[in-house]
Amino acid sequence: MTTFPIIRVVTKLLIPYILLFAFYVQFHGDFGPGGGFQAGVILASGLILYGLVFGLPAVQSVAPPRTIERLMALGVLIYAGTGIATILLGGKFLDYSALEHNFYPHYFPSGQHLGIFLVEAGVGVTVTSVMTMIFYAFAGRNSVE
Amino acid sequence: MSDHLPILLIVLPLIAAPLCVLVGNRKVAYVVALAAAWCTFAIALTLITQVTRSGPIHYNIGDWAPPYGIEYVVDSFSGFVMLFVAGIGALVLSYAPPSIKAEIPQSKHYLFYATYMLCMTGLLGICATGDLFNVFVFLEISSLSSYALISLGRSRRAPLAALQYLILGSIGATFILIGIGLLYQMTGTLNMADIASRLDTHHGPRTMLVSFAFLTVGLCIKMAVFPLHRWLPGAYTYAPSVVTCFIAATSTKVSVYAFARVVFGIFTPDFAFEQLSLNTGLMILALIGIFGTSITAIFQDNVKRMLAFSSVAQIGYMLLGISMANQSGLTAGIIHMFNHALIKGGLFMVAGCFALRLGSVNLSDWQGAGRTMPWTSFAWVVGGLGLIGVPLTAGFVSKWLLLTAAVQSELWPVAVLMLLSSLLALVYIWRVVESLYFAETSQRAADAVDAPLQMLVPTYILIGAILVFGVWTTYPFDLASEAASTLLGAPTP
Repeated sequence: MTTFPIIRVVTKLLIPYILLFAFYVQFHGDFGPGGGFQAGVILASGLILYGLVFGLPAVQSVAPPRTIERLMALGVLIYAGTGIATILLGGKFLDYSALEHNFYPHYFPSGQHLGIFLVEAGVGVTVTSVMTMIFYAFAGRNSVE
Repeated sequence: MSDHLPILLIVLPLIAAPLCVLVGNRKVAYVVALAAAWCTFAIALTLITQVTRSGPIHYNIGDWAPPYGIEYVVDSFSGFVMLFVAGIGALVLSYAPPSIKAEIPQSKHYLFYATYMLCMTGLLGICATGDLFNVFVFLEISSLSSYALISLGRSRRAPLAALQYLILGSIGATFILIGIGLLYQMTGTLNMADIASRLDTHHGPRTMLVSFAFLTVGLCIKMAVFPLHRWLPGAYTYAPSVVTCFIAATSTKVSVYAFARVVFGIFTPDFAFEQLSLNTGLMILALIGIFGTSITAIFQDNVKRMLAFSSVAQIGYMLLGISMANQSGLTAGIIHMFNHALIKGGLFMVAGCFALRLGSVNLSDWQGAGRTMPWTSFAWVVGGLGLIGVPLTAGFVSKWLLLTAAVQSELWPVAVLMLLSSLLALVYIWRVVESLYFAETSQRAADAVDAPLQMLVPTYILIGAILVFGVWTTYPFDLASEAASTLLGAPTP
């Protein structure tokens, strides 16, 4: 990719802000509009933009398909694992009140806040990787194995 | 931990699925999936024992009280369906490895196990949940994973069959979602028991009628009721053998379960059958379906396709029972769900054994295999007798109950047509038996040997279950009649 210098430069400028905005939506989702799904889509759009401009091999060296596949699974595990954790701590499945703790409660979220944070993190990871995987599947039919 | 069994039943396969992907090794993934499947079956068994001993179990997710939170309900109906879904899921998975090795590329094995677990999660979830939107979500989980599983088939028509199923299945799902949306708009709640108590079925708005129509048509597509069954034969024929065993035995039955829940649990039979006479419509479609698809089955050379058409016919019997809307009819319909799951699961497993050894599911290649594969062929005979409904098999029990129910309701034409249709099953089963035992041995059958023990043993467990539940009828009968009385008695799930 040696042509279209404007597109390349603008993309390089934009991607950090896209990623930053994704993290803002992810971590501010507890307080305002946003959350794991939206953040995941935004984060993936950063990766997809990179792939569109610099080519599939470039983006796949940043995010190898096998890693993305594992992240898809990891997100679901984080979600379900939060539920299992609440059961082990004596609550019902996904009963975030069981996550209440006294470890620097002003700095670390606890209870319902922590529960939603963890679950949304799981959603974010899975949505990011699924969106990226869909892009890989469309962009290179033989590269996804 | 025992308080959490209703949710663990769903979460266990749900966790097993990503674990299979994370390990990425086909052998480890298999062990994970198998362990999860058998644990799920053990949980389902414990749950149904608890339910019969001390009544329905309610579980509030996140400790939010219903109707605000999502509630899981295990009663005798859902427990019964979960029991055979989990049981057949585990048994088919034990049978799977040799067949999968032959039919699915090795690099995809761990993904296969993950998808299989997701499909099981979806099917069990539909049964467990008491929340209507949750039913839709689980329906989609099971459907999406079945599309993926079907597309893994070896033949190039498999992805096409999966796409056909995807299109029709998505239309069905959309209809169901519209129906749910309208119900939500009318009642402001998604909890099934709560909807039922808020819905005025006598003087309600027309929206109710529209929502009922959408839900019925949507679920009829998922159940593969006669004119809407076009997706089913292709999907069952071209899917890998193992997938066909699992999906044919469980997926349409779970949709029948969801249908019965919607009709009896939410809209009440009074609205559906007295005011709208859905029962007459269902009965006519069921009977046309039974005859149409049974006759089509007779002319199939592909055995899997033949069994697929027969499945559509068998769905007809279940609907016949449900459309009678009385205790004996419903019991017969529910018990036929169970018996047919065993029989069709067993027969497809036998077909899988033949597919492995003969490399084909065409009847012409099966000729004379009775001499070289005696055990596999004998399993077909027993399963076939069950499908026809010969005494001492499970198939007889459900057909007998259905017949008595029809006679009790004075539906004489239905009773006569049912008996006639059993003869059609005799014809297509006999065609296979004749080729297996009395035809000249084909080239492929001559060099074949019996299927490996790993496949034969689970097949015989399921085939044996057909005989066991043909004699020991009290256990499924008691469960089914209790399920029928819960459906008819209280409108709450």
